[in-house]
Amino acid sequence: MSELNLTLKVWRQAAHDAEGEFKTYRLNGVSTEMSFLEMLDVLNEQLIAENEEPVAFDHDCREGICGMCSLMINGQAHGPDNETTTCQLHMRRFRDGDTIVIEPWRARAFPVVRDLVVDRSALDRVIAAGGYVSVNCGSAQDANALPVPKQDADKAMDAAACIGCGACVAACKNASAMLFVGAKVSQMALLPQGKPERTARVLNMVARMDAEGFGACTNTAECEAACPAAISLSNIARLNREYFKAVLTSPR
Amino acid sequence: MSVVAESTLDAKVPSGPIEEKWEKHRFEMKLVAPNNKRKFDVIVVGTGLAGASAAASLAELGYNVTSLCIQDSPRRAHSIAAQGGINAAKNYPNDGDSVMRLFYDTVKGGDYRSREANVYRLAQVSGSIIDQCVAQGVPFAREYGGLLANRTFGGAQVSRTFYARGQTGQQLLLGAYGSLMRQVEHGKVKMFPRREMLDVVVVDGVARGVVARNLVTGEIESYAAHAVLLCTGGYGNVYYLSTNAKGCNVTAAWRAYKRGAYFANPCYTQIHPTCIPVSGDYQSKLTLMSESLRNDGRVWVSKAADETRRPRDIPEEDRDYYLERRYPAFGNMVPRDVASRAAKERCDAGYGVGTTGKAVYLDFKDAIARDGEDVIRQKYGNLFHMYQKITAEDPYHVPMRIYPAVHYTMGGLWVDYNLESTIPGLFVLGEANFSDHGANRLGASALMQGLADGYFVAPYTVGNHLASVKLPRVTTHHPAFQEAVVDARNRTEKILGVNGDRSVDSIHRQLGHIMWNYCGMSRSAEGLKDAMEQIRSLREEFWQRVKVLGTGEALNQNLEYAGRLADFLEFGELLATDALERNESCGGHFREEYQTAENEAKRDDENYCHVAAWQYNGEDAAPTRHIEPLTFETVKLTQRSYK
Repeated sequence: MSELNLTLKVWRQAAHDAEGEFKTYRLNGVSTEMSFLEMLDVLNEQLIAENEEPVAFDHDCREGICGMCSLMINGQAHGPDNETTTCQLHMRRFRDGDTIVIEPWRARAFPVVRDLVVDRSALDRVIAAGGYVSVNCGSAQDANALPVPKQDADKAMDAAACIGCGACVAACKNASAMLFVGAKVSQMALLPQGKPERTARVLNMVARMDAEGFGACTNTAECEAACPAAISLSNIARLNREYFKAVLTSPR
Repeated sequence: MSVVAESTLDAKVPSGPIEEKWEKHRFEMKLVAPNNKRKFDVIVVGTGLAGASAAASLAELGYNVTSLCIQDSPRRAHSIAAQGGINAAKNYPNDGDSVMRLFYDTVKGGDYRSREANVYRLAQVSGSIIDQCVAQGVPFAREYGGLLANRTFGGAQVSRTFYARGQTGQQLLLGAYGSLMRQVEHGKVKMFPRREMLDVVVVDGVARGVVARNLVTGEIESYAAHAVLLCTGGYGNVYYLSTNAKGCNVTAAWRAYKRGAYFANPCYTQIHPTCIPVSGDYQSKLTLMSESLRNDGRVWVSKAADETRRPRDIPEEDRDYYLERRYPAFGNMVPRDVASRAAKERCDAGYGVGTTGKAVYLDFKDAIARDGEDVIRQKYGNLFHMYQKITAEDPYHVPMRIYPAVHYTMGGLWVDYNLESTIPGLFVLGEANFSDHGANRLGASALMQGLADGYFVAPYTVGNHLASVKLPRVTTHHPAFQEAVVDARNRTEKILGVNGDRSVDSIHRQLGHIMWNYCGMSRSAEGLKDAMEQIRSLREEFWQRVKVLGTGEALNQNLEYAGRLADFLEFGELLATDALERNESCGGHFREEYQTAENEAKRDDENYCHVAAWQYNGEDAAPTRHIEPLTFETVKLTQRSYK
């Protein structure tokens, strides 16, 4: 275990409609065993001691699953490690004397709430448009009545692993949400339970995605590189196929 | 804090044979006619498994639901972090499981401190939960034939645990969240994220709404309804370090307690045996390694107390597989409380490993030799990955180091068979209530209980309340709302007004130390009295020295945190009081004075076979300890044995 002395450039913005700016902080004696968020905790303790309001940032489970944490770290969503959320990024990844630039997600659909906190409720609204099976509680048949080929179930699970953090949107130059939408559409398209609403689901979710101000996809694959849950770009391909099929066959 | 005389609580358990109670009760409960349901408003606080499933199910029935959560999205509630699985008495593997066996295992696992009728109902509806989740598109693990796979969990000798890799909680929650968002789309659920409930509003003795802080604007908002459901999780963060998400807190439950809901068995806390050990003072949380790892991992320490060799250099004959040695029948699969205490015993005796000596090995060497690395990777890949991220060690080649950590709280607001608290119209679901796990929860049972409560119990019992109690029109203009809003505002101003010199986090860490040292894996009367004294003085210090910058009229995470800590500082004392008053050891509550010759927990069924439910009597008054006697008609009370 060793210690790092760091320079942090952190985006500070008092409110949604306030003007923001980078502020520079020196932080010494950072243990390499710390997680990135624990490093920010230490920064906030230092700021409080100096009578400066602590940096607001979203976080909750701190074990990489809730999708609440975010942050552009030196221009990379969730920082430099592959398949890693900011809360699971550890300071051993950095070197003594490093300067680290920390920004919020930047996307039209994710307005800044304060400092590093953004509003990602657009993703919830996209799910509300159809990211589910319409089954009321109580009406399900026995769980084993409908076998699902293991390879389909595994692929559906790969897609369902999305944690809804928004890194894909933040990493994309167009702030597209295609990987997020593709993951949910794929999960449902791969499972027999999702079949009855397959057509309406993809049309409605894509329409909502566009209405929320997410951009178009150019297959640059920045989203896949940034995704902490290893959601594959093939889900976007499947989304496109589902969408074309739906457009051609839908009576609407 | 002293204790006032006891009185007896009625859990309203239906009469008749245990197998028929729920069926009979469902028939006896009153119904709200379909076209009348839209006349009723229900508030659901929290969107974890219990909250999301209840909100979605009530909305599907036709009620108007208001749903609040503290996260930025309902999908992020802490249920999402549950790894291992969900139990159900499906008996798909044909290995002898049944509703009766799941019921029996859960009662025994809980060390005979849960309510039989509730646990039986839980086992009865467990199968329907799996059906419902599969229908939602939850991608459970499957066998090559396309049917569902199962695995074993602690405290059971059958395979009844359904799982979705190491992300079962996430997948179940996303299923419930999907159902919830579907109702949002239909306009039947009004969803309010980034809201923190600060009070329950009681009108004429009945819960009629809540007051919540809008965490973005700071505004104190009022919500009126005909019934209120608290699905606000557990209080493990009173220990500061726990496997809980940072936002988990006791505030909603504590405010309900102060408005008249009794708090049951707060001393029942679960210390999970397999967590990544503490590495330094800056540590903000502990990470669980799923109990499912004990299916293939073997727990051991060196036979020598002054061991300096690396784990791989220690030959078989010098290793002490102490769980297999002490509990040959269950081996590494003993329940959590037993495994945690055994780890503590070895470490306290000087056999602990790693730089701190506060860890034991969890070794996959034999499993990898038997099944190959690929099979182990398929089963536990994401857990091994997480371990490596945090510790920078490769568990495929070096044994994991693990140590117990606070994980789950069996105690919670007291509820009757209908999941209704002592405030009529206030229902409590999931980890926030106390009812099903007794003094120790078995692995993969939390997900089962959260979804049982939300999908299959509350939709009936809440309807019964709405149909049988006269509920005159109440709006947020009612004086009770005005009063609660003023209270909440005053409290915010009081915290901001202290303007002291200690950060919220530093005080919380200090509270955590007190709780862990005196109210953790082992407790004594002397230590508990000491803890109560220390908590009281820390609470005073909080109100004199806490430093919260900024205002109440904006997003202010430190202010939120301070409010939660203020409640933990009151609640911690109740936890210690309850532990002190329970003069026995049972499940997760281990009192040093009460143990068998083999250092196992020694229950006192004659004097403590009851639930302790605490009633708030005001700021400076002692709370009253009520009891609900526990009667065991189906399961015979015996000394728990996993040998």
